[in-house]
Amino acid sequence: MTAAANTLRHPAVRNRLTTRQLPKRAGLYTLIGAFILAAAVQGLTGFNWFGLLAFTCMFYLPAIYLLSLVKENRRRAMDRLIRALVTVAFGLALAPLISTLWTVVSKGLGILNWEFISTTGGAARINPDTLELVSSSGALQAIVGTLQITGLATLFSVPIGLLAAIYLVEYAQPAFWLRRTVNFLVDVMTGIPSIVAGLFAFSLFTLLLGPKAFSGLSAAVALSVLMIPTVVRACEEMLRLVPADLREASYALGVTKYVTIVRIVIPTAIAGIATGVTLAIARVIGETAPIFMAASFTDSFNANPLSGPMQTLPVMAYTGYKFPGQDIDLSNNQAWGAALLLVLLVIVLNLVARIIAMIFAPKTSR
Amino acid sequence: MPDKPMPDMPMPDKPPAGKPKAATRARPADRVFKFLSTSAAVSIMVILAGVALFLLVRALPAITAGWSTNPELKSGVTGGFASFWAYVSPLAFGTVWASVIALLMATPVAIGIALFISHYSPRRMANFLGYIIDLLAAVPSVVYGLWGILVMRPFLLPMQEWLNAYLGWIPLFSGKVTSTGSSILTGAVVLAVMVLPIITAISREIFLQTPKLHEEAALALGATRWEMIQLSVFPYARSGVVSAVLLGLGRALGETMAVAMIISPAIIASFRIITEGENPQTIASNIALNFPIATGMQRDALIGTGLVLFVISLAVNMLARLIVNVKPRKKPPKKKVPTGDGGRSPAEAAVGAAMVAAVGAGADRDRTSEGGLL
Repeated sequence: MTAAANTLRHPAVRNRLTTRQLPKRAGLYTLIGAFILAAAVQGLTGFNWFGLLAFTCMFYLPAIYLLSLVKENRRRAMDRLIRALVTVAFGLALAPLISTLWTVVSKGLGILNWEFISTTGGAARINPDTLELVSSSGALQAIVGTLQITGLATLFSVPIGLLAAIYLVEYAQPAFWLRRTVNFLVDVMTGIPSIVAGLFAFSLFTLLLGPKAFSGLSAAVALSVLMIPTVVRACEEMLRLVPADLREASYALGVTKYVTIVRIVIPTAIAGIATGVTLAIARVIGETAPIFMAASFTDSFNANPLSGPMQTLPVMAYTGYKFPGQDIDLSNNQAWGAALLLVLLVIVLNLVARIIAMIFAPKTSR
Repeated sequence: MPDKPMPDMPMPDKPPAGKPKAATRARPADRVFKFLSTSAAVSIMVILAGVALFLLVRALPAITAGWSTNPELKSGVTGGFASFWAYVSPLAFGTVWASVIALLMATPVAIGIALFISHYSPRRMANFLGYIIDLLAAVPSVVYGLWGILVMRPFLLPMQEWLNAYLGWIPLFSGKVTSTGSSILTGAVVLAVMVLPIITAISREIFLQTPKLHEEAALALGATRWEMIQLSVFPYARSGVVSAVLLGLGRALGETMAVAMIISPAIIASFRIITEGENPQTIASNIALNFPIATGMQRDALIGTGLVLFVISLAVNMLARLIVNVKPRKKPPKKKVPTGDGGRSPAEAAVGAAMVAAVGAGADRDRTSEGGLL
């Protein structure tokens, strides 16, 4: 009503904020148009998902830019183009994630069953009754190896990592040389290539124990090198989140520093620490190269981490493909089964971490 | 903002010459705990030094040996090279070359995603979208390797044939085109996917730390969103993004499995990216492929190449950290907010947060609270 009156009174002056703008949902309509056009092109050339999305982008990007250029102005057109581009970038990252997960699930689901989990299997072995070479599928040795090696690595890394974080946050003066050095070295340590950690463990154990020093313990040492910096950083961030008020209240009551840390600071941050540690485990559980260097690989069952080669799931996925047994199909299937198990483990660990974080949401007064 | 966790301010690390007051004297358990945590911190230095030392001890014989005369080194996986340096330099070239190609592809996409999450996506969904990208980092590298073999190689093959047929006159695309897809380009694409989440996570944290007032000032002056980002976000985030890319480079340099499984290599220095069997090999992948079949002295040579990789990635990581730790020159004039992190620069804090976020632990924090910097 008033707008109409204004227009009547001053026909030349219009609302300059809303004129020369595309309608509100113009982007969406253009996108739908581009999608239909892309589908039509696909109808001519043959259908595939990637082509459909690629064509949609190819039509949408220039269309929205030109529309905006004609109706709006160059600056807004650029803005719309960038908005579309960053959305496409996100889609570009999503594509490999979905594709990877889909491939692993579709390839691995065929072999993954209780027998695969509960039996030791692998390359050819001699059947004692018929004296024939048989290959069987099974991943028990790899599952046990993964759990043992990762468990040992966690056992080494968590005390060192947590204590180092306590030193950095609670004890060290900010400008003290040791704090600055350790801080820097932790950063540097996060960048150690995983294979170098494996070589380190191999060198360490061969120098100490002689040439055939493959063992689960060695692999656990390699993983610890990779895990410690992650644990330190996660614990450090969480300890920093604990409000200083809590510490000061404790000191004011005459509680010593050590008791304050153990009874006040750590319990407050424990959920975050648990989350961080779980995610650190999820990260190293998928490491292949260092375990391959330090524990070698085997198809036989070995539950003694102190000596002898051990198999783990990621190494099984690698060797099953790279060094297949006589039955190549079986080896490849084993590789996919191990990969699927591994991905499931990682996802479960991530979920557990989320749940810990959710249940014990910080009770701090932030 | 985390509060200032420095209640021990009045108690300096080394007590002054005078005797401490009775009330603050540490008890035995206190001393033990402090000793334990300090030695844990020191052990990190020891471990890092140990890594360098043990690699050096094992590698030294192979580095100094005469490669043309040593019976072990002149045959097998190390055969045909005049010296250790002749062996390692094409490998070092391949490592850097594959990583650079990967970064050239990953960086624009990662910055795009970081912008999408920090400034374009709906606020409510930002955390969730960030989590999805972090999931990319959670997938084990061996799984990416299998995926690269099965999906990426055939997928990229037509493109590589096309590049060779029509752009073959460019040295990059020259040579005999791959027939299976096992080219360095395929490997680099998979590497790009793997470094994407780390660059994204750090860039995102830094973009989110742009002072809200800078952004709002730009918008109030009539800037479009993109202009606002150019005016206020990019200048603020530049050094952080550079170091994010360098940290991504560090990750790509050390990546083993995906490269070892996908690329069909030779130990040469070549810029051709779509050939097969003539691709420069990376250090990590060379070790992974040859370690099981190498003999004693050859293993030492491989450990030597590992040492070179260690030095390269250490240098890249240190450079990244140095860039991060430089405090921004133009600090907004404001009263100093005590942060309790020993005067970390915003970028440094962001990288710290992103390192945690990259493993997910920090993902539930309130992203918008960083506006409180002002």
